[in-house]
Amino acid sequence: MKILVCVSKTPDTTSKIAFTDGNSKFDENGVQWIINPYDEWYSLVRAIELKEKDPATTVHLVTVGGADAEPIIRKALALGGDEAIRVNADGSDSYFIASQIAAIAKDGYDLVFTGKETIDYNGSSIGAMVAELLDVPYISLATKFELNGTTATVTREIEGGEEVAELALPAVVSCQKGVAEQRIPNMRGIMAARTKPLKVVEPAATDTLTSIVSFELPPAKAGVKLVSPDNVGELVRLLHEEAKAI
Amino acid sequence: MSVLIFVDHSEGHIKKASFEALTYGAKIAEQTGTTAEALVLGTVSDDLAALGKYGVKKVHQVNNESLNHLDAQVYAKVIAEAATASGATVVVISHTQTGKAIAGRVAVRLKAGLVAGACALPDTSNGFVVKKTVFSGKAFANVSISSPVKVISLNPNSYTTIAGEGTAEVSQLSIAVDAPKVKVTAVNKVSGEIPLTEAEIVVSGGRGLKGPENWGILLDLAKELGAATACSRPVGDAHWRPHHEHVGQTGVQVAPNLYIAIGISGAIQHLAGVNRSKIIVVINKDPEAPFFKAADYGIVGDAFEVVPKLTEEIKKMKAK
Ligand SMILES: Cc1cc2nc3c(=O)[nH]c(=O)nc-3n(C[C@H](O)[C@H](O)[C@H](O)COP(=O)(O)OP(=O)(O)OC[C@H]3O[C@@H](n4cnc5c(N)ncnc54)[C@H](O)[C@@H]3O)c2cc1C
Ligand SMILES: Nc1ncnc2c1ncn2[C@@H]1O[C@H](COP(=O)(O)O)[C@@H](O)[C@H]1O
Repeated sequence: MKILVCVSKTPDTTSKIAFTDGNSKFDENGVQWIINPYDEWYSLVRAIELKEKDPATTVHLVTVGGADAEPIIRKALALGGDEAIRVNADGSDSYFIASQIAAIAKDGYDLVFTGKETIDYNGSSIGAMVAELLDVPYISLATKFELNGTTATVTREIEGGEEVAELALPAVVSCQKGVAEQRIPNMRGIMAARTKPLKVVEPAATDTLTSIVSFELPPAKAGVKLVSPDNVGELVRLLHEEAKAI
Repeated sequence: MSVLIFVDHSEGHIKKASFEALTYGAKIAEQTGTTAEALVLGTVSDDLAALGKYGVKKVHQVNNESLNHLDAQVYAKVIAEAATASGATVVVISHTQTGKAIAGRVAVRLKAGLVAGACALPDTSNGFVVKKTVFSGKAFANVSISSPVKVISLNPNSYTTIAGEGTAEVSQLSIAVDAPKVKVTAVNKVSGEIPLTEAEIVVSGGRGLKGPENWGILLDLAKELGAATACSRPVGDAHWRPHHEHVGQTGVQVAPNLYIAIGISGAIQHLAGVNRSKIIVVINKDPEAPFFKAADYGIVGDAFEVVPKLTEEIKKMKAK
């Protein structure tokens, strides 16, 4: 079994969100970079668990990003996984990124894991694109993933509940909470990660179909209107008459 | 040329998010001087001609039983073929659980640029630029699509449905449907509850409620408001409430008209899942709780006293 885990680099959730260059670029000043939490906590850990159960399984990581993505790849390798591939390209267009991942995934992978979404771009679409490029099934928003030979049983989130599905690999699965439990890298993992292979490849020629023109911050809230706990009726009046929310 | 809107349904009924998508798509058609057409896959019991109310001229249906369960691979092929058949230059899909499974695939099949999580109409004055939420609702990006065909997946609750007059012409499309490769073996819907991501009002509780035995006051309030219930992550982790209720960066992202947070401090990871809500009400006994900074209305007070009073006052208002 060959598993490919997609990992991306995102600003830590507590980062201040600000923009520079006439609001066209994210302000990276003082930003702490992390592995996208859905990739780190769920898809990567599940892939490692599958390898722990079956030593014949290999887990490779792929990221599409510049050299500045290497620290987070090393951290991902410290959690587990055999080797990493970095496609040396920057870009925010999902089609471009998905095409790079698909070009690598064509190399005999049985299973491609992505996270549910990136916490910076919030596309929740790369997995679907990779699956289409490979012409294999896609299970989105998985909350459980079990493997029996080459048959996968996956539980996924649907509107108002969950659905259990069975499918034969190869497939692409996007993972979220429930698939695995977060792990912390240990010293042995960190030492081992230093010598694990990290291959850098140049991007495949592909089109870019979208580009970010500018960013905006939401208008500042007017400030909270406080109501006294002894006058709860006033809150109901405000919600009804002013906010028209009830 | 057309704008094609994918219409999703569950148990025979068209979903709320799809009405928003229809209104949104019809507006784009008006803006770009084309017609809006809808696409329905599988069997529905609702009257499809009535979708004309939202501004679509035609409704195409592919009434094939194997489309009653979602297999993203099968769906994408059918949607892309229908889009090509109707000469669609824009395809609109809702950014719901179903939409997230298919939008990327449809975009690839059509070699179309995708903006996923759109929250406003495109600006077509100079190219085609769509605003979307980024950084988990903390900012927006204006994204330009350069391909001839464009796919937009629209965030639920971000575009208001407008129902007017009109009937659409309903026709059956004959498109070959592949056998699904994904076999659905069980569907577990939390029956009787309002799905969190579709709810107009969400009542949410945090660690301030002290324990699962105290949730009654919150459930009473939710019932009175016809609201869905949610919780903070520690509440889900401690199994005070079911896991699927946990909202935030690592849980469900919601964007209701009204979000009422009770005994929740308002940590940044919690806000990441709720800050697209239109109106936020915070009830917390600590005036320094960070949530007040993100709120529109607030009460500094003890939830155990305030919440039952709130339920009573809402009852009184409704009785009027
Ligand atoms: C990487 C990461 C991801 C995370 N993801 C999420 C996420 O997705 N969702 C999430 O919710 N959290 C998430 N968290 C956790 C988050 O940081 C907070 O710890 C959590 O949201 C706090 O939950 P809480 O507000 O219920 O509890 P607390 O922070 O303990 O707050 C309880 C609040 O209740 C108030 N209170 C106490 N008694 C009363 C009373 N009688 N009446 C009224 N108010 C009262 C207190 O003043 C306090 O403000 C994440 C954390 C990390 C590090
Ligand atoms: N630059 C990237 N390199 C590798 N994987 C990525 C990249 N961007 C996104 N992904 C993967 O695709 C998932 C969904 O991303 P998105 O569609 O942008 O929300 C992420 O959780 C990652 O697993």
